[in-house]
Amino acid sequence: MKKIIALAFFIVLFHPVFSQEKEQKGRLFPSVDIKTLNGENFNTSKFSNDGKVIVIDFWATWCKPCIEELNTIHESYAEWKKETGVKIITVSVDDARTMSRVAPFVNGKGWDYESYLDPNGDFKRAMNVNMPPQTFVLNGKGEIVWQHTGFEQGNEEELFEAIKKVAANKPATESK
Amino acid sequence: MMGRNIFPGFSLFILFIFYFSHSVAQGIAGGAIHGNFELDAQYYRTDSSIGTPAVPEKMLSNGFANFIYEKDNFSAGLRYESYLDPMLGFDPRYKGSGITYRYLSYKNEEMEITVGNFYEQFGSGIIFRSYEERGLGLDNAMEGLRLKYNPYKGIYFKGVIGNQRDFFSKGEGIVRGGDAEINLNETFSCLASSKTKWIIGGSFVSKFQDDQDPVYILPKNVGAGSGRINMIHGNLNISAEYSIKANDPSSVNKYIYKTGDATIVNVIYSKKGFGASLGAKRIDNMSFRSDRSATLNSLMINYLPAMTRQHTNMLSAFYPYATQPNGEFGFQGEIFFNLKQGTKSGGSYGTDVTLNYSRASDIDHQPTGDDLGYTSDYLKFGKEIFFQDFNIEVNRKVSKKLRLILSYVYLDYNKDIIQGSRGIGHVYSNIAMAELNWKINSKNAIRTELQHLYTKQDQQSWALWLVEYTVAPHWFVAAFDEYNYGNEIKDSRLHYYNGSFGYTKNSNRVSLGFGRQRAGIFCVGGVCRNVPASNGFTLSVTSSF
Repeated sequence: MKKIIALAFFIVLFHPVFSQEKEQKGRLFPSVDIKTLNGENFNTSKFSNDGKVIVIDFWATWCKPCIEELNTIHESYAEWKKETGVKIITVSVDDARTMSRVAPFVNGKGWDYESYLDPNGDFKRAMNVNMPPQTFVLNGKGEIVWQHTGFEQGNEEELFEAIKKVAANKPATESK
Repeated sequence: MMGRNIFPGFSLFILFIFYFSHSVAQGIAGGAIHGNFELDAQYYRTDSSIGTPAVPEKMLSNGFANFIYEKDNFSAGLRYESYLDPMLGFDPRYKGSGITYRYLSYKNEEMEITVGNFYEQFGSGIIFRSYEERGLGLDNAMEGLRLKYNPYKGIYFKGVIGNQRDFFSKGEGIVRGGDAEINLNETFSCLASSKTKWIIGGSFVSKFQDDQDPVYILPKNVGAGSGRINMIHGNLNISAEYSIKANDPSSVNKYIYKTGDATIVNVIYSKKGFGASLGAKRIDNMSFRSDRSATLNSLMINYLPAMTRQHTNMLSAFYPYATQPNGEFGFQGEIFFNLKQGTKSGGSYGTDVTLNYSRASDIDHQPTGDDLGYTSDYLKFGKEIFFQDFNIEVNRKVSKKLRLILSYVYLDYNKDIIQGSRGIGHVYSNIAMAELNWKINSKNAIRTELQHLYTKQDQQSWALWLVEYTVAPHWFVAAFDEYNYGNEIKDSRLHYYNGSFGYTKNSNRVSLGFGRQRAGIFCVGGVCRNVPASNGFTLSVTSSF
């Protein structure tokens, strides 16, 4: 009985939805309650950049590749903004243990990103992030059109290629 | 094993909802489905020199996949997990496969209703936090109902009721609670332009567990309450939370009837280029679980964060601290600053500096000799120091292609208290680390780490080197050797070598590794698991879709 239910569940779940996915350009990012660096409640549906590209970057103060990624991107962020109008939003998954370090950490680095906290991983879960760093590119309609996990030097250029394509309303596929 | 945790009725309900939403979706815009997947597998080889335990299965694996369906205000999801058999270091009670997490949720501007499984946290989590740390095998998801309600600007209510997940079953205790929070400046328009912002919150949680103990009369209902305040003024942010828990005899506190309490205070000051934080906490008898006989990481209702830095380098993470729920006094101070580029101290590309000190010690204990166990003078320290950590890190971009990170850590680690060892006592260690990142060109980069841990106690000194070569955007290859060269026992001067390579494309990542893993304690967020020594091949696959 249980096996049949599980099977039926998956058939109903996958078949129609996957066939619909092909017609969609991207899915809308979810609306989840997170916090500002000050500790105030904030809903992700309020993310906005006047119809221009948004990048959402999941990171943590204990994640070395995340810090490397954000340091590297920051070197070119002003240029990227000028060229494409992109806004980078960082979401820290630091929990109650290390959450209080996030604001001084971000400020200590002198980062210009718009920063938020996701202390219980609700937004991380809703976005299906396995481990930070994970980066999402959203088009002007708020649809997720590109994502990448992990960071190694050189990935920032791949990200910028994706941002430029999305800003120009072209499909963002990975560079070879 | 499949689906043993499903109520047939509940599944049929989900099926119906999906079918319904699907048939509706045919006519109008459809919903979206997305998810993520992770598999970790290891093939174990016997290696008597490092004392690997026997693995009759040869290969062990942990894996899971999440699926989320979303359409308008509705969402549903499930997670299937499989541990065949659980990897070394994970609780053997994970053995098996099945759907362990499923939910249906509806939300609009004001309200969110969730049935099934959910994760939630009240305040800083000191009386309630339901969460997952998959890498530690920790998951105390609730199963029941949750309601979130935002009736007016700045006013937030949450209510939960349910049982907690316990591996592939549920704890027998019922957990119920509520939380209210008000952001005064959002709610009252007269405060909207005030320079000082105030957020005030409070919560109450209680658990019920029947008492079938033949000897003791144990409380069936145990309540805990907490109040918190957050003041924000310009660059200054002060937050504090105080909680109290009714008498709750349990196996963790050795069945004493004393009430528990916890206080956490954080002061943060930060502006562009500078940040500082100061924290203090006091925890007294605050283990709170939905089953009084539960131990280790099972059925925890609350979360008691360690107030120490979470180290990420291998040797500085050698002696990680975990909160002592029965009693702990902790402090932490941290300073971050940025030496501007173009200055003498900052160099051509700028330098970041982090200074951190933390200390955790026992609280005062005065034994009463009765079933209350002890009394404690609130502001007095106990004799025993559990942990001290002083560390400094300098992160400097030397040239366009080179970045250098230097750090030094001093640790005082009371191994007998933290890990329950005997006769080792305090381990005093000095750790020095250097990391160099060299970006050769736009595709190729090399990262090297040299680390050294000096101590006269425990297993004495260690050295480590690591090299990682990356070819963007897809490939990496890495190797390290962790060498216990200083061990007083000559036969234990062992190398723990390890090699790995991997491929990443968009949000899919595959890596293969080979080598030895030393026995040790692996922690995230102050919660730890013990990992025995192993040798063999590892495979790791992650994907988001």
